[in-house]
Amino acid sequence: MWTWIHKLGSPPHFYRISARLTPWFSWAALLLIVAGAYGGLYVAPADYQQLDGFRIIYVHVPSASLSLFIYVNMALAAAVGLIWRIKLAHAVAAACAPIGASFTFLALATGSIWAKPMWGTWWVWDARLTSELVLLFLYFGYMALRAAIDDDTRADRASALLAIIGVINVPIIKYSVEWWNTLHQPATISKMGKPSMDFDMLVWLLVMLAGFMCFFAAILLTRVRAEVLLRSRGQKWLRNTVEGS
Amino acid sequence: MKSRHHRLIGIGLVLVGVGLGATFLLRAMNENILFYYSPSQVAAGEPPEGRRFRVGGLVVPGSVQREEGNLEVKFVLTDNAQTVAVVYSGILPDLFREGQGIIAHGELTTAGVFTADEVLAKHDENYMPPEVEESLKTVHGSKET
Repeated sequence: MWTWIHKLGSPPHFYRISARLTPWFSWAALLLIVAGAYGGLYVAPADYQQLDGFRIIYVHVPSASLSLFIYVNMALAAAVGLIWRIKLAHAVAAACAPIGASFTFLALATGSIWAKPMWGTWWVWDARLTSELVLLFLYFGYMALRAAIDDDTRADRASALLAIIGVINVPIIKYSVEWWNTLHQPATISKMGKPSMDFDMLVWLLVMLAGFMCFFAAILLTRVRAEVLLRSRGQKWLRNTVEGS
Repeated sequence: MKSRHHRLIGIGLVLVGVGLGATFLLRAMNENILFYYSPSQVAAGEPPEGRRFRVGGLVVPGSVQREEGNLEVKFVLTDNAQTVAVVYSGILPDLFREGQGIIAHGELTTAGVFTADEVLAKHDENYMPPEVEESLKTVHGSKET
């Protein structure tokens, strides 16, 4: 187990493995998202109150889940990089940030579009919406900090610390709807026990979520490969790999 | 102890420290983070006097009255303990209906009527097709009679 992890931390090994994994994740993502979109938009029944308007949930909820999931990944990778001084882990953290920021933006935008007709407003400063906006700024701050420092090693360490401190925001977002009165409704699917969604609607949401996860994995691997290429420029293994293929 | 253990403990301490700080900060600001007051809190005089605030509750079935010729709506909000009467003039959101969770923003007049200039609908976390809702209603109906 440990040797397997140590091997994965070495750029040449990662470069080989990721090349094999990426197409699998990409195809799985495409299939799941197409199936989930079709199921969510055509097969799932309309909601009793919101009618067809609820269907934006099939993009909104996976995006919002991913925005948190990616942040936790980013902070974990940053911590591993900081503690064990693994450069590849820092590369993973750096590759996570723009993907996470995109999903956060998507969650905020789809939520806003839904909120205008349903709640009657584009935006309110309640705890859930505000903390999710803070998450977007954390991603931006992380990327800006990396971009501001030229030296790779120093950029890695400074931004890793920011990513780790920002992880405090994740439970605040998750539990904001329980700790405070908010306009945003409480969790639907991650509730203990029975989810408060009809099965015919829920199943497509889960398909979409799985699709988004695979999409994230595919994009992440591709981005980390680019990051590895950039960082290992001029190294012998890279020359051998590129010329050998 | 190796240096990586030091770093592990260091990061742990930083997280604990920032976590505690965030907890105290949020506890201190608790009142400002609350998005709305319930009718019971309004009855107990919790909202600050002379300031605009939000009140949230369910629309009491049968309490909605509309004026002829203008947009004025009167309704009563309840949390099943206390009630607040609300007057609002404007366009109501799609989800506004009797029994629905509603949040109104405005101020309490001396007569005890809440004058709102913004009404938002709060959606709950339940999603179901219309048929399921119908059957739920009939089950509840048969129990009540």
